[in-house]
Amino acid sequence: MKKDRREFINTCFRFAAGASIVGVAGVLANKSVKGDYLWQLDPTKCTQCGRCATSCVVTPSAVKCIHVYDMCGYCDLCGGYFRPNVKNLSTGAENMLCPTGAIKRTYVEDPYFKYEIIDELCIGCGKCVKGCGAFGNGSLQLQVSHDLCVNCNECAIARDCPSDAFKRVPLEEAYQFAGFKTNKKI
Amino acid sequence: MKKIFSIFSLFVLLIIDFAAFAQTQRFPRPEFESGYTQPVASMPEPRAGIFALVDVLLLIAALSLITWFIHRKRSRTGVVITSLFSIVYFGFLREGCVCSVGSVQNVVLALFNPGYHIPLSALAFFVIPLVYTLFFGRTFCAGVCPLGAVQDVFLLRPVNLKKWLQKVLGLIPWIYLGLAILYAATGTDFIICRYDPFVGIFRFNATFFMFAIGAAFLLISVFIARPYCRFLCPYGVILNLVSRVSKNHLSITPASCIQCKLCENSCPLDAINKPVEVKQMEGKRSATRRFILLGMIIPALMIIGGWVVSNFHENLAMVNSKVRLANELLHFDSNTMKESLEIEGFRTSGKTKEELYLESAAILKQFYYGSWMLGAFIGLVFGLSLAGLTRYKYREDYEPDKGECVSCARCLKYCPVEK
Repeated sequence: MKKDRREFINTCFRFAAGASIVGVAGVLANKSVKGDYLWQLDPTKCTQCGRCATSCVVTPSAVKCIHVYDMCGYCDLCGGYFRPNVKNLSTGAENMLCPTGAIKRTYVEDPYFKYEIIDELCIGCGKCVKGCGAFGNGSLQLQVSHDLCVNCNECAIARDCPSDAFKRVPLEEAYQFAGFKTNKKI
Repeated sequence: MKKIFSIFSLFVLLIIDFAAFAQTQRFPRPEFESGYTQPVASMPEPRAGIFALVDVLLLIAALSLITWFIHRKRSRTGVVITSLFSIVYFGFLREGCVCSVGSVQNVVLALFNPGYHIPLSALAFFVIPLVYTLFFGRTFCAGVCPLGAVQDVFLLRPVNLKKWLQKVLGLIPWIYLGLAILYAATGTDFIICRYDPFVGIFRFNATFFMFAIGAAFLLISVFIARPYCRFLCPYGVILNLVSRVSKNHLSITPASCIQCKLCENSCPLDAINKPVEVKQMEGKRSATRRFILLGMIIPALMIIGGWVVSNFHENLAMVNSKVRLANELLHFDSNTMKESLEIEGFRTSGKTKEELYLESAAILKQFYYGSWMLGAFIGLVFGLSLAGLTRYKYREDYEPDKGECVSCARCLKYCPVEK
């Protein structure tokens, strides 16, 4: 008799637990999305504070500078490559803005130069991005490189970002360039 | 007249110039004559969405396998094999992300924040282990959860803790769960992920702090079984509750217990309940008194808890970046202080101070109600565990404690009874 009663209460609780699990799953399944969401930063909000380089759980940071060539002016005096008030426009280390020398400058034709980012060296500090945005077209942009990003449940940089530029984006919009849509010029 | 015309033409010129500036870039892209081909911007592909499905399928496969090993084969070796698989796949290969423990926060955030869409894989990682637990006990903890598995394989010299210490430490996960829900519901932070001790080890890449905590936990788990699972894991307490009413929980003996006491000390988690002598029936009067007393203590604890925690709601809210920024801005004096990156970022965002203060006040209010609920919840947990201690449970056989037992299957080989 006593055993039966205990078992009955247990069964009641079991059904209650089962119902609440199914309930939560049902409510959220309606709201859920297939596939993962990814972290990406919105360059229009970014202030190039430099925390992307230090806050990421991955070292070096999964945030890299990506060069949107379609926006580049191929300037000789590149605001992203050279330090301010640089004496001569040469590839000498003392002239470079990038702390790791991750930008490669090559001559194309007079008076144009091509700037390439060496991904392995880039630490995502955003110094060149700031320079290019201030003096040039803004073709250098910080983006989360998705082959390096481990897609944490809560992005550590998003937590530290002072301008709230990090957000979850769907897979189709994995890269968010400012002033330029992927494969489509504005 | 001439002067007016010249001013007018200058104005028109300026407008044309401005419009042209707005349309094109400062330095238009040059037309190359040397046949230069432009490289494309490098955009490394993210992991394809299909792998999220693979994760879920592997979770189901691993859960089914380990449940089969525990319930049918009654094999500890099988559990260890599945544990190693989980450590390798869910730990090192998937680098500890998408995990059931953290998915609690995704679920809470999705319930409270209509703008957040929970990935289907995170929802699956939350629900599937719960369903298995409802039917078979905590087989998920046994070896599918990489966090549990990595501690379990390190357990070499088990030492039993004092019962009172276990009870007290066992209250921490409830508080941790409450805090995690509060922070996830207000959209502040995912603290479970932030203080995950093993994710740094799984990634071979973390701050020193993360490594240190992970190493400390692994070192402790050599002697004390699963310190994270028992004394911190917030998902574990949900599974604990569900497992108490599970349909087919693991039993130590395959047939009927002969009370040989061989399994008595085999459990490193102290989750084996011993048989209890039939107690003298408590007098009706004292039982009623005890019941009434508990009925008064529990609500009192809840109110006290709610009041105490709500007094700290401002401190709790300081974790929220918006509240912190509003606070910083309020005390900011441009003459004496240097502008922080946060304030600089806020200035460029174009939001007004009033908007921020209103937002921050709304969040503070959420924290006020949230902290009342958190405190009441903690009070309820304290009260119910107190009530649990006074409750008399008659037991004839050696049985695993359905809530605490993680079905690691260590006790099974101690039982001499054949099927």
